[in-house]
Amino acid sequence: MSFPDLTKTIKIDKLGVDERIDRFCKRSIKNEAKEYGLHLALSMIDLTTLEGKDTPEKVRSLCYKARHLHDSLPGLPSVAAVCVYPTFVAIAKKELKGSGINIASVSTAFPSGQSTLEVKLSDTKFAVDQGADEVDMVISRGKFLAGEYNFVYDEIAAVKEVCGKAHLKVILETGELDTLDNVRKASDIAIYAGADFIKTSTGKISPAATMPVTFVMLNAIKDYYKKTGIKIGMKPAGGIATSKIALQYLVMLNETLGDEWMNKDLFRFGASSLANDILMQLVKQESGHYQSLDYFSKD
Amino acid sequence: MSKLQLNKSWKYADALESTDHIRLKEKYDLFINGAFVKPNSKKYFDTINPATDEVIAKIAEANKKDIDLAVKSARIAFKSWSKLPAKERGKYIFRIARMIQERAKEFAVIESMDGGKPIRESINVDIPLAANHFFYYAGWADKLEYAFPNKIPKPLGVAGQIIPWNFPLLMAAWKIAPAIACGNTVVLKPAETTSLTALKLAEIIKESGLPKGVVNIVTGAGNTGAELVNHPDIDKIAFTGSTNVGKLIQKSISGTKKKSTLELGGKGANIIFEDAAIDQTVEGIINAIFFNQGHVCCAGSRLFVQESVAKEVIEKLKDRMASLIVGNPLDKNTDIGAVNSKEQLATINKYIEIGKKEGGEIYQSKCSISKKGNWCPPTLFLNVSQSHAIVQEEIFGPVLAIQTFRTIDEVIEKANNTPFGLSAGVWTEKGSKIFKLTQELNAGVVWANTYNKFDPASPFGGFKESGFGREGGLHGLKAYLKFE
Repeated sequence: MSFPDLTKTIKIDKLGVDERIDRFCKRSIKNEAKEYGLHLALSMIDLTTLEGKDTPEKVRSLCYKARHLHDSLPGLPSVAAVCVYPTFVAIAKKELKGSGINIASVSTAFPSGQSTLEVKLSDTKFAVDQGADEVDMVISRGKFLAGEYNFVYDEIAAVKEVCGKAHLKVILETGELDTLDNVRKASDIAIYAGADFIKTSTGKISPAATMPVTFVMLNAIKDYYKKTGIKIGMKPAGGIATSKIALQYLVMLNETLGDEWMNKDLFRFGASSLANDILMQLVKQESGHYQSLDYFSKD
Repeated sequence: MSKLQLNKSWKYADALESTDHIRLKEKYDLFINGAFVKPNSKKYFDTINPATDEVIAKIAEANKKDIDLAVKSARIAFKSWSKLPAKERGKYIFRIARMIQERAKEFAVIESMDGGKPIRESINVDIPLAANHFFYYAGWADKLEYAFPNKIPKPLGVAGQIIPWNFPLLMAAWKIAPAIACGNTVVLKPAETTSLTALKLAEIIKESGLPKGVVNIVTGAGNTGAELVNHPDIDKIAFTGSTNVGKLIQKSISGTKKKSTLELGGKGANIIFEDAAIDQTVEGIINAIFFNQGHVCCAGSRLFVQESVAKEVIEKLKDRMASLIVGNPLDKNTDIGAVNSKEQLATINKYIEIGKKEGGEIYQSKCSISKKGNWCPPTLFLNVSQSHAIVQEEIFGPVLAIQTFRTIDEVIEKANNTPFGLSAGVWTEKGSKIFKLTQELNAGVVWANTYNKFDPASPFGGFKESGFGREGGLHGLKAYLKFE
């Protein structure tokens, strides 16, 4: 681990990125390719509930949904993880025991990250002690925009240390970073500071995940891999609600990082309503017609 | 450096564009004086799908007599067409533009079947641009006095127009729209491998009610073109095609009153500075050389990369090439289609052999290629220099010659060190560098941080052996007017 050379941060041309994204979106994914893509997308979902009004009951029903996506359709993968606030980790842990589904917890004064390092570290420690397999931290966007890159780097490195065996996902909150150049710079800082995954958004700020932002982050991951051989994961979160958009993200992943990233160990979707849309599409692939949304449980 | 595995585990299933809606005849006649007429030659030739080697239709071959008929009908039509109120001329052209838009899908599918270009390009580039060209010049028809203040613009007369096979409908639009907007009448000859969309355009022109003889479309190969060039009653020759044929045309019209504009070959320099946005630049390189299988006169076929970033750019370029899909032009996922003809494939392969023999290091992306049809995988040549034939001569295929440079003056000198001067690309974050290069590069068009962008309002044309005269924009009108 070392601080990245920010004088050599690769530059981003927004118009060029938009053009490339347009090409991804024009790929036509049909038949067996679609089925494969939908199954894959389903297996990559971090089923998420991050609301002030969350209760143990809400978390329990989400966990049940994670284990039983749509029992009438056999052969479905389970989702990758359930993502909750630290106070619900223990409940989720109990509900998901033996399912192979990970528990992800947000931390570090999510979503704003406006707190002291001490609070952030104890927040993280609590989540890990409760049994979180994955920690989703937020970076200090204010410090980043003020140019205090070392501060941001040190914070991530400190949280990483507290995580221990838990995987660290670093949320850049790209909706607050304003430019793609900033997104690239923040990605590099997070990766070099020890992130296992980089993640676009908290879901609390609009815009959340977008394809251009995700593409820039994928390129940061690519360059790091080329240089070091280390594979960093990617998680776009928020705003990915339909199968069509999920498939476009997978096309982008497939053509940017390729085969080795096409699994839940290195790519996740942070989403709450995406699962049902994918299920609806899969049922349609099977039966030839769309079912009413009322056939899919909303938890 | 660690390697990426691209395009292995998730293969996209076939996504073929439907061909049910297209209407094609088995045999196409010549379009002369508002009607389809049988050729005096009595001869027809095959037009072939370059992706499958199948014959799509038979096309009439025009001989001297046919050309004469076409020119005569254009001459007669000129008398009334040039006197028609300009506003009325504009209305006809608007109508043609709208009719192309209405049938865009049909045109796109036929363009891809007949020419081999990916359907993604014919739908998104060729057909909409062709329609836009008609729209643009329709707007100028009644505003010529304002375009050229204090002058009285008059049409030239009958224009003989010869177009290439790389953008068949679009080139027809580039030629016909400004000519008839200015009050000229035309005899247009499409390339022999790609006549179909021009003939479909003839159907639209007939349906649009455009007065007889204003647009005549005659098909055939080089001999037909020569008859058109040499016809004594032609006032202007507009040609887009190879530099060799351009030179022949200039020789044969010398000493005549015929005016001419020639848009010929190119060997575009695409220049990458170390301060460019590298990932987007790589995309730009791909777009510059592999767009339309490299069958583009303004293709960025010479790449100059600043030495400090050369390794990185080439590595990324190879990765990007691995995700390019070469295959059936009618598949919506195809990035690179079929080479237009067997002859062109032979030319490209000849240059690839020359490149190897001259000691260039070749890199081709792996792709499974069908046995039928004409295919060439995307190709790079490294370790080449200004004196290599593949750097000097136009290949007109998906073959990129890569050189490095150290300073801005060095790259300007190298970029200009060619008999051509059609296009160039500059990639840098620095505006001052862009201005320096646009001033010092001898190229008709210089793109900055993008490549192969076209717009009817923007003039296009070359320096040196890339030709003379401009098409598009206000400049495009001038080529079809005289001033009293």
